[in-house]
Amino acid sequence: MGNADMPAELTEAIRGVLLEYGRLAVDVKGLDERSDLYEAGLTSHASVNLMLALEEHFEVEFPERMLRRGGFASIAVIRSNLCELLGAEA
Amino acid sequence: MTPPSTTADLLETARRIGVDVAGPAAAAVDREGRFPREAVAALREAGLLGALVPQELGGRGAGIGELAAVAETLGRFCASTAMIYAMHQVEVACLVRHGLTSPYIRSYLTELVEQNFLIASATSEMGVGGDLRRSVCAVECRQGRIRVTKCAPVISYGEEADDILLTARRAPDAAASDQVLVLVHKADVRLTRTGDWDALGMRGTRSFSFSLEAQGLVDQVVPVPFADIASRTMVPFSHVLWASLWLGVASDAVSRARAFVRAEARRTPGTTPAGALRLAETVADLGSLRATVRQGREDFERRQDDADALAELSFAIRMNNLKSGAAKMAPQVVAQALGVCGISGYRYDSPYGVGRHLRDVYSAPLMINNDRVLLANAAMLMISKDE
Repeated sequence: MGNADMPAELTEAIRGVLLEYGRLAVDVKGLDERSDLYEAGLTSHASVNLMLALEEHFEVEFPERMLRRGGFASIAVIRSNLCELLGAEA
Repeated sequence: MTPPSTTADLLETARRIGVDVAGPAAAAVDREGRFPREAVAALREAGLLGALVPQELGGRGAGIGELAAVAETLGRFCASTAMIYAMHQVEVACLVRHGLTSPYIRSYLTELVEQNFLIASATSEMGVGGDLRRSVCAVECRQGRIRVTKCAPVISYGEEADDILLTARRAPDAAASDQVLVLVHKADVRLTRTGDWDALGMRGTRSFSFSLEAQGLVDQVVPVPFADIASRTMVPFSHVLWASLWLGVASDAVSRARAFVRAEARRTPGTTPAGALRLAETVADLGSLRATVRQGREDFERRQDDADALAELSFAIRMNNLKSGAAKMAPQVVAQALGVCGISGYRYDSPYGVGRHLRDVYSAPLMINNDRVLLANAAMLMISKDE
């Protein structure tokens, strides 16, 4: 993944993983970056699958401190955590 | 009555209630499947129902350590009484730890201390497969008033409680996992019993099925998402207090086994009674159960005011281990005590009888099924890195 326009690419990639594994009650495409994913129907079971899928897709490992409920609360929070792990600007 | 001021006084009060009231009634409560009304009246009279409420609101500001010790003490005498006490305290804890920004809930808690209200829980629901974190029913709000209709497969002591805390979706268009906790008052609730409670044990909890229609003010919705209340308070409090009362049940069964072996030994001085070896093993296993319960309780106590630490996956895994571990060990310990006491343990008309203990404690791995708890851990362990 190139560094140019990384946040936008990241956001799209996160949406892709969410679409496949989030099992949300709403349309992922229309979801605001800051919308609460749990309010959008993310269950604790689906959140584990989402975490696993994100780790696989981005080839990262979320440290324990990011594995809290709050660490996956919105697309923006996920992106910020991924940026930290990938060493990029959010 | 003002609640006891020191921890020692509190425990002595609980013990007296156990000896004088809960213990003597336990056999009848079990046999008739009736509410332990005299024991709950004694808990009310002693001010124990509001002990967790902060001092500024008139309560005692009791800690989880004290509540756990009371649950264990009551568990030695009557498991149903101890479970009712524990479930009520979990509900109070949810309000105390997440509701104090709401003037309505503050004023309710003040009243709870004065009137010794008993709160029941309506978290389970038909159609969600036993998942605490999903609801079918929803809060319908109109002009500051709310309505909720819920099909509850179980509301323990629902008929006897003064108030009920229920889970529901935040609004009719909210996702199943977007839940809130709502405090409803019995006077505003229509409860229709849809199923009975004629069970192997915990017969005094009167855990009937109900359909529930409640109404109230929008202020009665606890102002924090239920997801946070569940992980920070409801789940850890339940697991700590339930495990403590199971420990109490197991401890009393082992006390009976010890008394049985002592009596045998006195009859035949110089020879070790047949049950003595099994007793030694049982006492050791009870020690392991006690250590598990204490470790879990201290783990929660250390982080109880740290929202981030309570939200950690590794903590959720450890609380689940507390629940499933204690629920697995407690019935084993009681079954071993039965083995030590032999036919005397099998009889109800013997001072060494542990039949009721065994039936009551078999609920432990079933209430929130251990398999469900372990399955949740299995999922979390796929992602958690904490060693």
